[in-house]
Formats: sequence, C-alpha cells, structure tokens
Amino acid sequence: MNFWNDPLKVAADWLTGVFVGWGMNEIAAHVLVVFLGILVLIIVLMVIDILLVWIERKVVARFQDRIGPNRLGPFGLIQPFADIVKLLIKEDTTPNGADKVVYNLAPMLSMMSVLILWAVVPLAPVMTGVDLNTGLLFIIAAGSIGTLSIIMGGWSSNNKFSVIGAFRQVAVMISFEVPMLAMMLIPTIFAGSMGVNAIIQSQDIWFFWLSPLAAVIFMIAAIAELGRSPFDLSEGESELVSGFNIEYSGMKFGMFYAGELLHAFTFGGFWGILFFGGYRFFGLENVSFIFAILILLVKAMIGYWIIMWVKYTMMRIRIDHMLAFNWKFLTPVAFVLVMVVALMNALLKGAPAWLYVTGMLLANIVVAWVSLEVVRSAGRKERERVEGAQVVEAAHH
Amino acid sequence: MTAEQIIFLIVGAVTLASALMVVTARDLVHAALWLVAALFGVAIVYTLLNAGFLAVVQVVVYIGAIAILFIFAVMLTRRQAAKDTGPALNQNWWLGALLAVLTFGGLVALLQTWSGFSKTASAIPSGFDAVNELGTALTSPAGYVLPFEVASVLLLAALVGAVYLAFNKK
Repeated sequence: MNFWNDPLKVAADWLTGVFVGWGMNEIAAHVLVVFLGILVLIIVLMVIDILLVWIERKVVARFQDRIGPNRLGPFGLIQPFADIVKLLIKEDTTPNGADKVVYNLAPMLSMMSVLILWAVVPLAPVMTGVDLNTGLLFIIAAGSIGTLSIIMGGWSSNNKFSVIGAFRQVAVMISFEVPMLAMMLIPTIFAGSMGVNAIIQSQDIWFFWLSPLAAVIFMIAAIAELGRSPFDLSEGESELVSGFNIEYSGMKFGMFYAGELLHAFTFGGFWGILFFGGYRFFGLENVSFIFAILILLVKAMIGYWIIMWVKYTMMRIRIDHMLAFNWKFLTPVAFVLVMVVALMNALLKGAPAWLYVTGMLLANIVVAWVSLEVVRSAGRKERERVEGAQVVEAAHH
Repeated sequence: MTAEQIIFLIVGAVTLASALMVVTARDLVHAALWLVAALFGVAIVYTLLNAGFLAVVQVVVYIGAIAILFIFAVMLTRRQAAKDTGPALNQNWWLGALLAVLTFGGLVALLQTWSGFSKTASAIPSGFDAVNELGTALTSPAGYVLPFEVASVLLLAALVGAVYLAFNKK
C-alpha cells in the first residue's frame, strides 16, 4: 500500500501508529484521527469559502462591467481577508425581544447544514468521508436542516421583515425540494445505487448525455434551494431590506453569507458529480488523487459559475409565479421524466451502449418538447381569454 | 460497556429530555424546536440499529417536512398567543402518569415474552446492502407489496382530499 494510491488510509494509519506509540488507547487514537481528518476538511473548505467571496465579487463586477476589488494585493486577492477582519470587529448586536438561544443557534446551523454535505462527497476514487448507500437522500436531509436554520433566524429576530423573508424562503425550499428529489432519482436509476461514489463510478458516459433535461431541472431546483436570483424573494432588497438575516451583524451575518456561497459552490459540485462524472475525466483520475481533486474542483467551479451567471442575469420573479412555475410546470415534468426514464431503462436494459444513449437522449428531447408545447398552448389560451375579455370591455365603453 | 452502548445511553437520554421539553415548554415555537431535537435523536437511534435508510428518511420527512410545517403554522399565529401562561397541570395529572406507567410496564412485560428480547443481534455480513433488500421486500409479491400499495393509496386519498378541500369553486 503506497501513499499515492490511498493517501487517506496511509496517513490515517501512520497517525494512529504515532498516537498509539505515545501510549494512547487504540480506539481513542482512531477517534482522534477521524476527528482530525474532519477538521482538516473543514479548514480547507473554509479557506475555499474565503476565496469564493473574492471570486463572487470579481465575477459580478465583470457581469456589471466593473473591475471589482483591485486595491489590496494582486487582483484584490487580500480583499476577502480584510472583509473578515471588518466582520469580526463589528459590534455584535442582538435585537430587543429576540429569542437569544434560537437567534444565536441559527447561523451555526446554517453553516453546519452546508459543511455536513461534504461528508458524502468523494474527492477522489479512494477519498470519501463516508460512502453512504443513501448518499443522495442525505443531501436532501442536510438541506432540511438548512431550511430549519432560516426559519429559526427569521422568527427569532423579532422583526416583521425577517419573518416574511423566512416564510418566502421556506416556501421556496419545500416546494423545490420535490423536483430536486425527483431529479436525483434519475442518476439513481442509471447507476442502480444512491451512493455518491457508485454514481460516479458508473458514469462511463456522463449522465448529462443520457438525460440533459434532468440536469437542467436539477440546476433550476438547486438555484431555488439556494435562494439565489431569480428565486431570491427571501432577500428581496427592494421590499424586505435583506430578508431573514436582516437583524444579524458582524460574523453572525458572515456565517449566513459564507454558508450561502459555500452552498452554491457545493451544489455546483453536486451538479458535476451527478451529471458530469464528478472526479472522472478520461482516466486522469487514476493517475493521481491530486488530479482527481483538481478535476472535481474545476467541475464544481463551472457549476458555481453557471449559478452566478444566472443570478446576475435574471430578474427576481414574484412569489405566486415562482410557486406556479414549480407546482404547475417543474414538478409534473420532473415526475413524467422519472417515469419515462425508468420505463426506457427497463426496455433498453440489454441493448448496446449506443442504442441506450440514443434512446434515452431522444426520450428526454421528446419529454422536453411535449412539455414546452403544452405550456405554450396553455399560455396562448390564457392570453386569448384575457385579451378577448379586454376587447369585450372596450366594446362596452 | 461498549462505545455503542454509551452512545445509545447518551442519545436516549437527550431524546427523552427533548421529548419532555416538548410538552413542558411555554413557547409553542420552542416546543416545536424541541420536537425537532427529539426526532433527530430517534434518527440517531436508527443509525445505531444499522438502519441508515430509515434514519435519513426520518430526517427528511419528520424534520424537513412535518416539523417545518408545525413551525410554519405556529409562526402564523400572533407571538403572544403562542405563549402559554396557564397552569401546566390539571387535577387529572396522576391519572395520566398512572396510564403512562401502566403502558410502559405492559410493553416491557409483552416484550419479555419475545425470545429476541435478551439476545444480542448477530453481526451483519459484509457487503449486505440494506437499502437494496428493503426495496426488494417492499416491491416483491412474496414480501410487503400489498401493505405498501395500501399505504400508497391511503396517502393518495389524503392528497386528493387536501386538494378538494383547498379547491376554490368558481
């Protein structure tokens, strides 16, 4: 067993040996090593998170035809660290009548619900926190803790705006969870497993080519789950000031903000894992684990960039439009797609690979086309009804 | 005592304490949040029993959906109305306590007649895919397909009923 094949196990064995050598109990040493591993992962993620602030600000600047942070350090790279210092020395306020324990717990839960997601992310073929066979459901479960944190923060602040913001955000999250879960079933059908590593291993052909519609719906649901524009009604600066986190100051606000950025990055990563092969890239992942991690990071960054692209291009939509879009369009399409894919999978089980891919792709295109046609004809009917009524009204006047 | 037993005792104590707080908390939102803690404890008990799928479903359904809806409904009420100021007990408290103790005693007595009560569970063989087994059992005619379908129809009926109640007749 050498270091380059299975670095985690070699490092863990070596460390356990050192601790046992110091006269520590073997079980205690094992627990300590696992704990240290988690700590290292979290520290790496938080450092990435700091850089994400810089990336986000630079990218939004480009979209808005600005330069972005460029004063501190090369390309303004030291700016996010200055931001952190600023957040840390700000006054930590608690509003009058706030529910103190719940108020202070909410930012922590928000950050935790994001960090916990990385427990099931395989960074390289042999580098996984835990390879759960219910990995995809675990992602949804972690998301529900995030929902809880928002509702806690919004309610405990004792502020009308924050409660309204929390209401909207929770409405978005519990509705878009449905198509998201349905779209997670599609890689599950292809891979025959809910384990994240098994899904990556079975992507000899990217699942994107088997079901592009699923990838698109998953992305839309993920953006809604993140509460980013065009689904950022929970923040709605023009109407709610800042939404559920309005009363938070200093680092507590920073936790919500950092959690949101890391969440977006994480969902970019999940998009890459579920539909674009995760750490796999033409066998490069088997050369060294460093390549595998880099490939995953690049894919996550691309996913994150698409989320930013949508955020800074689209306008906010109204809550009734958002709910109607989800329940009348996205959810039915998602369910139909799951049924069609399951049926096609059963029909094409023994077929050669090219036939399987072509059949799946065609089925997806047909589902997308039919659903768009249905929506278009419904829209035309609605328009005729409204315009017809106006014509009648005009005749009366 | 093994590490697993220690974890079980801690989790059990926390779950029971949270459950007690659910019924004694003065603030309705706090009660709902304690309920979340109790449900989370139950999820951890499932993991200790090697039922990872049930544990995750417990979190998704009970915390992600049911508890959130509870909090949602409570938050819609006025803040003062959600605070309980009356006495916590009425004259029948001893009757309730008696019934609870009797039920617990009855369950323990019933379980003692079961042969598996005092046995340690045999170790799960490596490579055993519990989720796969559960899925097969739920959909095979030799397994539990009938109860599964009946439960599905029941849920569908509830769904249709909810839509009917909420439907705005023109």
